[in-house]
Amino acid sequence: MSQPAASAPRVRSLNPAAALPGLAAGTAVLYLSLVVLLPLAALVWQAQAGGWDGFLHAIRAPDVQAALKLSISVALIVVVVNSVFGTILAWVLVRDDFPGKSAVNAVVDLPFALPTIVVGVILLLLYGPSSPIGIDVAYTRKGIVLALMFETLPFVVRSVQPVLLELDREMEQAAASLGAAPLTVFRRIVLPNLLPAILSGGALAFAKALGEYGSVVLISGNVPFSTQVVPVLIRGRIESDDQAGAAAISLVLLGLALLILLGISLLQRWGTRHDR
Amino acid sequence: MYRIQLRTIALGLLAVAMLAAGCGGGSSSSGGGSSVRLVAYSTPADAYAELIKAFGQTSAGKGVSFSQSYGPSGSQSRAVDAGQPADFVHFALEPDVKRLVDDGKVSSSWDQNQYKGVLVDSVVSFVVRKGNPKGIHTWDDLLKPGIEVITPNPFTSGGARWNIMAAYGAQLKEGKTPAQAVQYLYQLFKHVPVQDGSASDALTTFTNGKGDVLLSYENEAIRAQQGGASVDYVIPDQTIKIETVAAVTKTAPPAAKKFLQYLYTPAAQKIWADNGYRPVVPGVTGKYQFPTPPQLFTIDDLGGWDKVMTDFFDPSKGIMAKVEQSIGVSTSS
Repeated sequence: MSQPAASAPRVRSLNPAAALPGLAAGTAVLYLSLVVLLPLAALVWQAQAGGWDGFLHAIRAPDVQAALKLSISVALIVVVVNSVFGTILAWVLVRDDFPGKSAVNAVVDLPFALPTIVVGVILLLLYGPSSPIGIDVAYTRKGIVLALMFETLPFVVRSVQPVLLELDREMEQAAASLGAAPLTVFRRIVLPNLLPAILSGGALAFAKALGEYGSVVLISGNVPFSTQVVPVLIRGRIESDDQAGAAAISLVLLGLALLILLGISLLQRWGTRHDR
Repeated sequence: MYRIQLRTIALGLLAVAMLAAGCGGGSSSSGGGSSVRLVAYSTPADAYAELIKAFGQTSAGKGVSFSQSYGPSGSQSRAVDAGQPADFVHFALEPDVKRLVDDGKVSSSWDQNQYKGVLVDSVVSFVVRKGNPKGIHTWDDLLKPGIEVITPNPFTSGGARWNIMAAYGAQLKEGKTPAQAVQYLYQLFKHVPVQDGSASDALTTFTNGKGDVLLSYENEAIRAQQGGASVDYVIPDQTIKIETVAAVTKTAPPAAKKFLQYLYTPAAQKIWADNGYRPVVPGVTGKYQFPTPPQLFTIDDLGGWDKVMTDFFDPSKGIMAKVEQSIGVSTSS
């Protein structure tokens, strides 16, 4: 991918932050600390209250293992599905022209705006036992996947869209003029360019899906070992006055999300090097 | 050098501003004595709307203003414990007050009144579909083939622990041994397809069409009927008396104490009764009949909350943890 910013000449006076070096950075760090880093530190502090043994004991409990397995597998399914359909959606929004396109574009963001608990209620009404369209997936793992698909839809769309907009169409035209079939053009030219964006959107979707509570709690049924996802289990630990346990399990989720983000950034680095 | 100083000052100012903003919420708490901060579990919200209005018309309650906070009993108790300002608390079960007593927020003599701190009662009931099509009347009926029972997960919903203890105690009342009663819980949970996070979620699940029976407080069943839900409720012959508890905090203004006293007057207890709660003050009646089940028992009959919490609801060693594990084994294979 091209990076015009890196090669542009530096014009110090145009950069307002340059007038007060460090102030912007200081504010950013302070803000980040208060809002994100301190709570994370508190979480780690809380999780180690029971010591290393307590931590291991908390995360090795059979119901925790079952919930982790469930949460990770549904999150993976959701990421795969939304990566495919999110990319298609982004493609349609960028490349095609049709009446009502801007409305569709706006709808994509709605999952971000809706309170998650409202999503849960609505999905339950629509896909529950009294479903007006005759689809009843509530209280099953399918129901969880459905709720998470809704919640994480915008991530891939919104990360692929700008890349697709910037994508140089001359490459595709050149490939086509050399006799490449449309599918080959997509596979060999478009997809490799979109892949980093799909992956990073997918990673965000994965992290969100792992931690999602509100939209899942109503539709999942919450039966331990069967349909109980990790965040609901964590609530159970808190209600049982086991805050160290709750923090320990949360820490596992946090670790997983970090790992995924790290993996993606490595992949991206590899991807851009591969380009040159 | 000048720049660095400027930066330091700016950062300092920013930090001070943020701290000030953060403290703003806390410092406004030292208001006049005529304001009461009420923190309670979710369901009594409607009743309190009426009660606060009626209290305002008494001489003790004139000019007293209220701030109200409702939520799941355990969460509310934990919030007060962590510092949420509260003068008057009302929880679904005693351990939620105990937590505040242990941390010195509520006097240990909170339950030294005629009613042992219990403000209103209810009983665990079977909420069924209109007309009771499946003919559910007894605890044994819940185990009939194909019957689906809805009850919240007892680990996420503190209030749902009453349901478990009702099921367990009912078996003892029927003459079974404790081991057989525990066995009943294993059987019962094979009939539970959904374990919602809270009592209100469970009610949503049931009114949306899932399940044949919902285990719930009698007052919730009455409230659901008032709200137009197409349900009936059955009170089994053996059931537990749900005792919801209220207290004032150590720092509460006199108005909060007067409010608590007022809630025990026949007039206030009648408002409770009209909202579906069983009054604790004898002789009070409301618009609902509250027949006493022939074999009503209390949590003390089962050893009290302290014992029950460890025996049944310890997340790793409790009986319910094992019950949950057993259904997991059978459903995931």
